[in-house]
Amino acid sequence: MALPLKPILSALRHHRLTAALLTLQVALTCAIVINAGFLLVERIQRIDTASGLVEDELSVVSARGLDESANAAAQQRTDLAALRALDGVKAAAAINGGSLPLSSNIDMSGACASQADFDRAKAARDTRGIAGCISMSLYSGSDGMLEALGLRLLAGRDFTAAEREADKITAVIVSRTLAQRLWPGESPVGKQLYGFEGPVPVVGMIADILSPVLGIGVDDHMVMLTARNRAEISSTYVLRSAPQDRQRVMHAAAAALDKAGPVRLIPEDGQRTYSQIRRNYFQRDTTMLGLLLASSLALLFVTALGIGGLANFWVGQRTRQIGIRRAVGATRRDILRHFQTENFLIVGAGVVLGMLLAYGLNQLLMRQYELDRLPLFYLPIGAAVLWALGQLAVLGPALRATRVPPAIGTRGG
Amino acid sequence: MIAYYLRLALRSLRRTPVMTALMVCAIGLGIGASMTMLTVLHVMTQDPIPSKSGVLFYPTLDPLPSDYQTSTWGNPADNLTWPDAMALLRQGKPARQAVMAGGGLLVWPLDAAGRPTEHGGRYTTWQFFDLFGVPLEHGGGWTAADDAQQARVVVLGRDLAMKLFGSTDVVGRSVRLKDTAFRIVGVAAPWSPQPRFYVDLGGGRSFGEADDFFLPLSTAMGLQFDISGNRSSWAETDMQDKLRSPSMTWLQMWVELDTPQQVADYRRFLHDYAAQEHASGRFQRDPDTARLYPLMDWLGHKKLVPSEVQLQLWLAIGFLVVCLVNIVALLLAKFLRRGGEVGVRRALGARASDILLQLGCEAALIGVAGGVLGTVLAQLGLWSVRRRPDGYARIAQMDASMLMASVALAILATLLAGLIPAWRASRISPALQIKAV
Repeated sequence: MALPLKPILSALRHHRLTAALLTLQVALTCAIVINAGFLLVERIQRIDTASGLVEDELSVVSARGLDESANAAAQQRTDLAALRALDGVKAAAAINGGSLPLSSNIDMSGACASQADFDRAKAARDTRGIAGCISMSLYSGSDGMLEALGLRLLAGRDFTAAEREADKITAVIVSRTLAQRLWPGESPVGKQLYGFEGPVPVVGMIADILSPVLGIGVDDHMVMLTARNRAEISSTYVLRSAPQDRQRVMHAAAAALDKAGPVRLIPEDGQRTYSQIRRNYFQRDTTMLGLLLASSLALLFVTALGIGGLANFWVGQRTRQIGIRRAVGATRRDILRHFQTENFLIVGAGVVLGMLLAYGLNQLLMRQYELDRLPLFYLPIGAAVLWALGQLAVLGPALRATRVPPAIGTRGG
Repeated sequence: MIAYYLRLALRSLRRTPVMTALMVCAIGLGIGASMTMLTVLHVMTQDPIPSKSGVLFYPTLDPLPSDYQTSTWGNPADNLTWPDAMALLRQGKPARQAVMAGGGLLVWPLDAAGRPTEHGGRYTTWQFFDLFGVPLEHGGGWTAADDAQQARVVVLGRDLAMKLFGSTDVVGRSVRLKDTAFRIVGVAAPWSPQPRFYVDLGGGRSFGEADDFFLPLSTAMGLQFDISGNRSSWAETDMQDKLRSPSMTWLQMWVELDTPQQVADYRRFLHDYAAQEHASGRFQRDPDTARLYPLMDWLGHKKLVPSEVQLQLWLAIGFLVVCLVNIVALLLAKFLRRGGEVGVRRALGARASDILLQLGCEAALIGVAGGVLGTVLAQLGLWSVRRRPDGYARIAQMDASMLMASVALAILATLLAGLIPAWRASRISPALQIKAV
């Protein structure tokens, strides 16, 4: 059956300004909600990035040494022995500089696949833009680090004790992404990497893990493990245990470190499960996520109330007209359809305008805040959401309209 | 007359309670969200030291190699190298000046058995307290001679003094910082300008708590105390004495210049110094890259408002606009529906302006109610902002001016929103409407 467009359009013409305002409101809501939704999805993806570690089995304890004359290497051995002896600890290792994925303590370096590339990078004071060179984040620690962090060795071997105790970096293990980037299609094991401490052999390759800070390099998985273990009087230990044991193991570890060796500070905020480290790193994103979600829902809510409120008024205003239409043979279905179609048209105009606005807003955000381009499929999704919302909001008033008895139309006054 | 209109307005609003509540809620939400974010922006961009911001200046030089590419990490030339800072300190003639850097130290309790705690403070030169007008509760700062001799003297912040001694009257007593005993020469009253304009801004240090101690920069250098803040180096330097290297920036400097003449003189001095270093071959960049920033310009240059806060502000304002459009539409529908009533009043002799005033009152009433609700919501919003871990979050408080601004914004917004519908309604032709009735 053909939609009764003519009476609807003529009714809308009576409320040109109101209908235009509602259209504008829908358009603005549409534009903001589409962009907010896009930001929302981006943040969720960011927060969900896997670190590559066995996250739910890890906890971290930091001890700050106070005695600068202490023998750090001996202390580390004693500490590790004590930690590994704890009930529930499956593996433990010292992590140099407290540097872990998402820990924010970053140690970066540049290296190249050949000496010539490195010389060029050095002359340019920058590894960016030099072919065959890349900057990466470095991790290092004591023996047992691979096992404690749950790193998977894809090729080659772990470092030897001699390599760890050397004064310089004498061996490195690269992440898969880094290997792909430096030597595409080849195995990195046995290759030489040219960096600030001369050429170093690559002895292994691990599955990807994240950098301590995201978004500063070309890829967050450009990571290298270096062999040299720098024991320092302030140290960070990572413990691996069953997920449910983490809290207990962490506190037991802090107590054990407190007893072992000279006076040290083990602050409360130096005892964290890896989940806390992750939560902490993404704190701002989580806040923004909540804000975006809350404001999108509030916007949709206000718009739905606006649509509903106006429809209610129109129903009240047109009671007599509705009665007359009913009296001359319009069914309840026709009345319902009238209000639904009217809403469909208003929201439709708003959505078309809104999609244009959404695109414009995205352009503005891209320029101001270096955001990505809005994928086009967000536009129809946003349109569908608003259309559904409009139909839902108008349903109540429209149903009320269908209950207007035909007799109203014949009554005077 | 206004009282009568207000009564009419109240009656009209009470006739449609759901609609009224809806409009008040919408404006309240919009105002609450935007005032929360405007207040955050306000505290982030306020003048941290109104009594002196007009006479404080931040000099910068650009000792970077000409091919150095600055990255997103910030510009190393925003801080000074040790040789340059010392030369400016010696050769410049401002009214007052100080060079400074932040640092963290272990502070030991009085009883030897206790554990130390970590505190943040400032290593600086002797005029620091006069330069910024830091109030001292007891004692005073130290002297130029103390700087020269690397004297082991310290000014404690009030909180740290209370924590260590349970009293602030502790001048002359001794305190152990890291592994060295220091003589206390003064105790500073709480002094915590926000933003913390004088520190190495950025990286979460721009807002936050007061310094716990102040001690001579020369002493900290001599004892190799740890420096906090950015250290940017662009050449391979001697590892032994990195801090004194001419190719590493890490120091902040502030000068007080009281007259335009002094400002002009200092600007020339800074340019001449850069030109001289350029001529000697140490600086590769044009001497014109030397700058003297007035305090507020410096804060603007350092862009203290994170982009996420800006984004949140725009989101809130967008929300307010949608709420306002919503209200205009609802009021329009409501006012136009009362064509009969307006027509009768017009026929009885009311002028169009009377109608405008009457309906304007109704809009304003909604505005006031929305403003009150918005202020409450903004307080809630700020409370939730204060629970964020960021440095700026803790100072997100609404002051009297922001409070008034939010109520004013609410009324203004609804009045504007009510004006179009009221104006439309006031133009209703009386004759037509009466005929319909």
